[in-house]
Amino acid sequence: MNHIVCLAYVPDTETKIKIGADGKSIDESDVKWIVSPYDEYALEEAIKTKETKGGTVTVVTFGPAKADVGLRECLARGANEAVRIAADGLAQVDSLGVAKLLAAAIKPMPFDVLWLGNKGVGTDAQTLVPMLAEFLDLPHVNLVTKLEWKDGAVTCWREIEGAKEVVETPLPALIAAQKGLNEPRYASLKGIMAAKKKTIAVKTPADLGVDVAAVSGDKAAVRWTKLELPPARQAVKLIPADDPAKAAEELLRLLRDEAKVL
Amino acid sequence: MSNILVFVEQREGKVRKAALESLTLGRALAARTGGTVAAVVAGSGISGLAGELAAYGAAKVFVADAPELALYSCEGYTAALDAAASAFSPSIVLVPGSMMGKDVAPRFAARRGVGVLSDVMTLEVENGRLVGTRPVYSGKARATVSADPAAALQIATPRPNVFPASKADAPAAGEAVPLALAGLKIRAKVTKIEAAETGEIDVAEADKIVSGGRGIKGPENWPMLKALCHELGAALGASRAAVDAGWISHSHQVGQTGKVVSPSLYIACGISGAIQHMAGMGSSKVIVAINKDPEAPMFKVATYGIVGDMFQIVPAMTEAAKKMKA
Repeated sequence: MNHIVCLAYVPDTETKIKIGADGKSIDESDVKWIVSPYDEYALEEAIKTKETKGGTVTVVTFGPAKADVGLRECLARGANEAVRIAADGLAQVDSLGVAKLLAAAIKPMPFDVLWLGNKGVGTDAQTLVPMLAEFLDLPHVNLVTKLEWKDGAVTCWREIEGAKEVVETPLPALIAAQKGLNEPRYASLKGIMAAKKKTIAVKTPADLGVDVAAVSGDKAAVRWTKLELPPARQAVKLIPADDPAKAAEELLRLLRDEAKVL
Repeated sequence: MSNILVFVEQREGKVRKAALESLTLGRALAARTGGTVAAVVAGSGISGLAGELAAYGAAKVFVADAPELALYSCEGYTAALDAAASAFSPSIVLVPGSMMGKDVAPRFAARRGVGVLSDVMTLEVENGRLVGTRPVYSGKARATVSADPAAALQIATPRPNVFPASKADAPAAGEAVPLALAGLKIRAKVTKIEAAETGEIDVAEADKIVSGGRGIKGPENWPMLKALCHELGAALGASRAAVDAGWISHSHQVGQTGKVVSPSLYIACGISGAIQHMAGMGSSKVIVAINKDPEAPMFKVATYGIVGDMFQIVPAMTEAAKKMKA
């Protein structure tokens, strides 16, 4: 079974966000970058499956040159090949544009399973997975926390509000990982050394036949016109806790009479 | 005139609250644009839902009623939305930002070659285009996003629990229009649904959340928080620390790598307030912090705070809530 894993190189989840000078994107100067945590679950599952069933794992990203660091991490963990669609110098591309670029890169590659995280942390739009599945005419299962392989098919447990849906799909298919699917491994020293020698295939949008000007900046289907920090909250009202019973009663009274949420 | 089509999520024949919120929002937008509102619903044995949707302002209700649509499939439900959009020619499509809606809307959008204003917390029509605001970087920042004004179709998924749901002053016509889905291709199929613990409210759609973190000390202490949840009608949430310690399943996790929530009341018990947790609950209307450590960052975002031992305060709150109801 052959696997393709699409991943995003994103600001570390612990990073403090600062607004950039243009007022519509983040200031990237002090940002530490990581492979999006959900994509790590996707990668881990692909590598695990390759180890038991054979085949290869190819990682694909759309990002600037610094994303090569993330791709090498994936190679060190056990991916066989890496492809980067160069985003250097491009204006913001929205999910629809990214889906078009990824679809164009993936179309000529043979695979049984296409893996993604259920969202990139950052834009948090959660729109890429179904869009990419549509462009590649694939069935997809989103938010997968568990799966069982069958002959030419897979059964997935998908997280929904207060329940799990059990979904069966034939292969090839797109599967999007949710936290809980597995525990991603660390790279071994041997893996890190081997990854250093590998070549990352870099393709430009033009190589893929995608007119990136038509899907980015003020031509994107969805544009960010402003980015701001969330509004500051009022100072906390502290309730003395000398007597827990009294404190609890006072808190509930405030929630009912002042905040009006009970 | 700009007509508005709303995708209605139903499960087991019941319309989900998030869908009624989207219908109410659709009605408000239509009042400004001068268009009419239609709804589309997919399922099996669901034609009886038209009346309820009319009460919320749907002049037309497109119904895709077929045995193979009884359980959700992205391909099947997207086909229903696509067929209704072809019949109604809306300029705006609203799809509730639930797990189902966030699965259907992008597939439909890609089919039509347009984008999705995802997870919006405000939504307006400005000069003929949809403009919304949405939390990004898990709520650490807020982006104003707008659709391409030249797009034939503009799509948004409003975040559940943010927009109110209310009936129209007078019910709309609610004319039921059956949809025949020719050549339906469903590859990924739901075969069954495994429910979580009975009576549990999911944090993603809860109006009130009581959350526990490292301070809960171990899984044996969840019943204490669950008792408070029960009295307040709240969902049980957890911090990443509690989930990563293996004390509770990830479906309860609130934060950047969990769920991003906006309830009217969020009670954080023994949660210090790591940046990644705050990102997930910072937009809650009222926040209560209960923590032994007066320096806990949670007090910086809290509306109300009690510096004290949660093992004393939480049971006292449960008792106080019982008294208040009595």
